[in-house]
Amino acid sequence: MTDSATKGLKPKHQRLVLLSLALVALIGAGLLAAWALRNQASYFYLPSEIISEAPAPDQGVRLGGMVEMGSIAEQPDGTTIRFIVEDGTAEVPVSFTGIAPALFVEGSGVVAEGKMGADGVFVADNLLAKHDENYMPKELEGMTREQVRQQVKATLE
Amino acid sequence: MHGYANPARFLKIARWFTMPLLVGGLIVTAAALIWGWMSSPPDRLMGDSVKILFVHLPAAWLGMGGWTAIAIASLVELVWRHPLAAISARAVAVPGAVFAFLCLASGSIWGRPTWGTWWVWDGRLTSMLVLLFLYLGYIALTNALAREGSSSRIAAIFGLVGAINVPIINRSVVWWNSLHQPPSITMGNSAIDPVYLYPLLACVLGFSLLFGGVVFARMRAILADAQAEARLRRKAQKAELAQATPGDA
Repeated sequence: MTDSATKGLKPKHQRLVLLSLALVALIGAGLLAAWALRNQASYFYLPSEIISEAPAPDQGVRLGGMVEMGSIAEQPDGTTIRFIVEDGTAEVPVSFTGIAPALFVEGSGVVAEGKMGADGVFVADNLLAKHDENYMPKELEGMTREQVRQQVKATLE
Repeated sequence: MHGYANPARFLKIARWFTMPLLVGGLIVTAAALIWGWMSSPPDRLMGDSVKILFVHLPAAWLGMGGWTAIAIASLVELVWRHPLAAISARAVAVPGAVFAFLCLASGSIWGRPTWGTWWVWDGRLTSMLVLLFLYLGYIALTNALAREGSSSRIAAIFGLVGAINVPIINRSVVWWNSLHQPPSITMGNSAIDPVYLYPLLACVLGFSLLFGGVVFARMRAILADAQAEARLRRKAQKAELAQATPGDA
């Protein structure tokens, strides 16, 4: 900024201009950092990512996605379950031995911690259930918005 | 805005606002929590633990809102040198930190039965923990500056730089895969059923009133502190003068 440009400005406005420039630079830096972190800061890999860039066989990774409908199958030993995690484009079979969290159900989100086996089955040693952003009482489950409205109206009348 | 720069005029207004905000906040919060906890049914998947939402979400919003307020006050202090800006930022920091902690604690308790874990290092949880640490650092810094009687400008810069974390918290669940679910309430849209949403909004109102009341009370306390100190200093100066010129006394 040249002298002639700043001379006309009141100190107050000069501070405002300088601070705005500093803030723009700061936000730019923050956005760049977030952009650079976009892969590293993710908590888990999606099935399509794990298939396209397979991790090393002994590398611990997290696999996250939706549990495919009708895919949970209990194994004969009684403690192992097998299911399929999908993200709409790819799917990965998972095997897990242990106690699954209560919210682990078909059609819901899951994060599996474990290793990719040589046979293409992901062996999980821990399961985390991932809830979606919808909060809904049981009675209204599966209803459309209009049906909910009518149900609520009927209850109130 | 500079009309309220005069602390005496501000104090008159603050005195009037503090109690109604605190009492009103307590009543609204208690009523909203009872409403939410008693009236709402269990969630289809989470069961009764969905009721933690009534504490968790207002705490999260106010934790982030608190730092947004600190950032705005810091900008006002640095640019317009408004005398109340630094005081209001200091006053916001403590309740902000309390709400950030409440958000983390309630979220952790909620995570155990739903996700199956108390804590994970995903984008949302980590950035919220960073916010709590920023609050603690800010409180320590402003206290140290006030004790030494130094300018609070360095704290204002801290407040502005720390603000970069707020949009990161907000966007963390959109930018990165995370265990925490994406936002339920976005501009004019809600994925939360009305049976939960209305008590939830009442809780937000109640907690916000409490927050405002605490901020006013703390601003008054900080001003009173400064006043008492100035009075003591004047007294000490007068005593010194009297000693220096015994004849005048």
